[in-house]
Amino acid sequence: MNQLEKEAYLREYSLLKSKGKPFFPYAVAKDGWMAVIVMVTIILMSLTLGAELGPKVDPTTTTYVPRPEWYFFFLFEVLRIIKPPSLVPLAAIGVPSLCMILLFLLPFYDRSPERRPERRPIAMAAAFLTIAAMAFLTYEGANAGSPNQIDMEPPPSVMAGGEEAIRAFEAGKQVVAQSGCLACHKIGENGNTGPGPDLSEIGGRLPRQAIARTLVNPTAPMPPYVDLPDEKRDNLVEFLAQLK
Amino acid sequence: MAKLPTTSGTRPRGTRAETTEAPATAPQRNKLQETGVSTIDWLDERTSLSAGARWMMFRKIPKGTNWFYTLGSATMFAFLSQAVTGVFLAMYYDPSATRAYESVRFLTNEVFLGEFVRGMHKWGSTVMVILIFLHMARTFFFGAYKYPRELNWVIGVVLLILTLAMSFTGYLLPFDQRSYWATTVGVAINGTGPLVGPYLSDFLRAGPEFGATTLARFYAIHMLLLPGIIAAMIGAHLYLVARLGTTAPPWIRAESSPELREDSK
Repeated sequence: MNQLEKEAYLREYSLLKSKGKPFFPYAVAKDGWMAVIVMVTIILMSLTLGAELGPKVDPTTTTYVPRPEWYFFFLFEVLRIIKPPSLVPLAAIGVPSLCMILLFLLPFYDRSPERRPERRPIAMAAAFLTIAAMAFLTYEGANAGSPNQIDMEPPPSVMAGGEEAIRAFEAGKQVVAQSGCLACHKIGENGNTGPGPDLSEIGGRLPRQAIARTLVNPTAPMPPYVDLPDEKRDNLVEFLAQLK
Repeated sequence: MAKLPTTSGTRPRGTRAETTEAPATAPQRNKLQETGVSTIDWLDERTSLSAGARWMMFRKIPKGTNWFYTLGSATMFAFLSQAVTGVFLAMYYDPSATRAYESVRFLTNEVFLGEFVRGMHKWGSTVMVILIFLHMARTFFFGAYKYPRELNWVIGVVLLILTLAMSFTGYLLPFDQRSYWATTVGVAINGTGPLVGPYLSDFLRAGPEFGATTLARFYAIHMLLLPGIIAAMIGAHLYLVARLGTTAPPWIRAESSPELREDSK
């Protein structure tokens, strides 16, 4: 915006302003109505949605899956989909910082005097892309499954084994879900594809004893699971051996 | 009708006598008005505030101003609502790691209207975040961040960040599982940042681990530091709005009537 355009704007604006109405009472009345709407909305939300208090804090749990407030879901989703450890700081700090810097400096890189939305195609495209991306990420973040959960029905061979077999299968599934296996292995629809192999059909490839041995003496970078209580390890091995 | 002898008695002394030529039938109201006027005069003589108030309230808003222009004041109103409900919550809250959860449980379940006020505070934050984004969208689409209002855009972005920081620090305070773990992760994410990252998370946690004083620190930031800065920033934001004037919608044009062009020179 050069000096001429600045003066043209100020001239135009002072004309528009001179033909306007005083702030009090015209704008104040509108603002007042809006304040009433805001107040009623907050009160209705409080009355219908309440203020739920979750279970008391327990720093020793390892299975609790934290969820942020809904308007941080987009950030949560960015962190969830960017997996390689070297890129995590970039996703966590880099992307939001860059967005904030771009937002801060907006009036300094968009200096054209044009104000009408239909004549600012680049600005409008950027705005709609940003809104669409944030809406998409928020939606995905809101519907993200828990990382400590396996959505897998017992296979027919287990179903045939009766209630006892199903219970053992579920117990083993829970141990796998809570032991962090999904961070490196894919099991059915859940978990990450690397660096460990896909375990969805591990029972068909490895015999039970081999699975148990691998747990105690694994190939690096997998950590050994020697500290797991015997009962849990039995459940875990039983579960994995059933995956065929 | 004969004049009541008391009318002259209600007149104020000195030079003001001739300015109060009120009808004799309403001496009571006249006296009330006079008290009001003289109170304002007394204040104005000592503060000179009335010129500022006139400047703020009777400034003109340009032609074409519509309902989209109420989003900013609505955001401010949501902030005021948060401030008021927050004061009531602070009356019952105990920011110690061992008693925080109990105090919130007591507030929610036992205190008269406790859950209602806590609900207003909780959902008020959502409303405020939505309004601040809508207000920012309005400013963007109307091109209102352009000359001469660039600085006000920058202040607005600061207010946006402060509001999100309020939400982040407030999320821990109920001290249930959800808030504890979300904050632990959030602070850890801060720690991965370059240069200041680790120092910032150490500052937030009051140490390398989430400890007994972390909660008090979040509480102080949430209810003293951030609201103070936000209030000051809102003041600056409003001052600039009044100083520069609100924009007209971009499609509104001043008709180029010749006499007005003459006037504006």
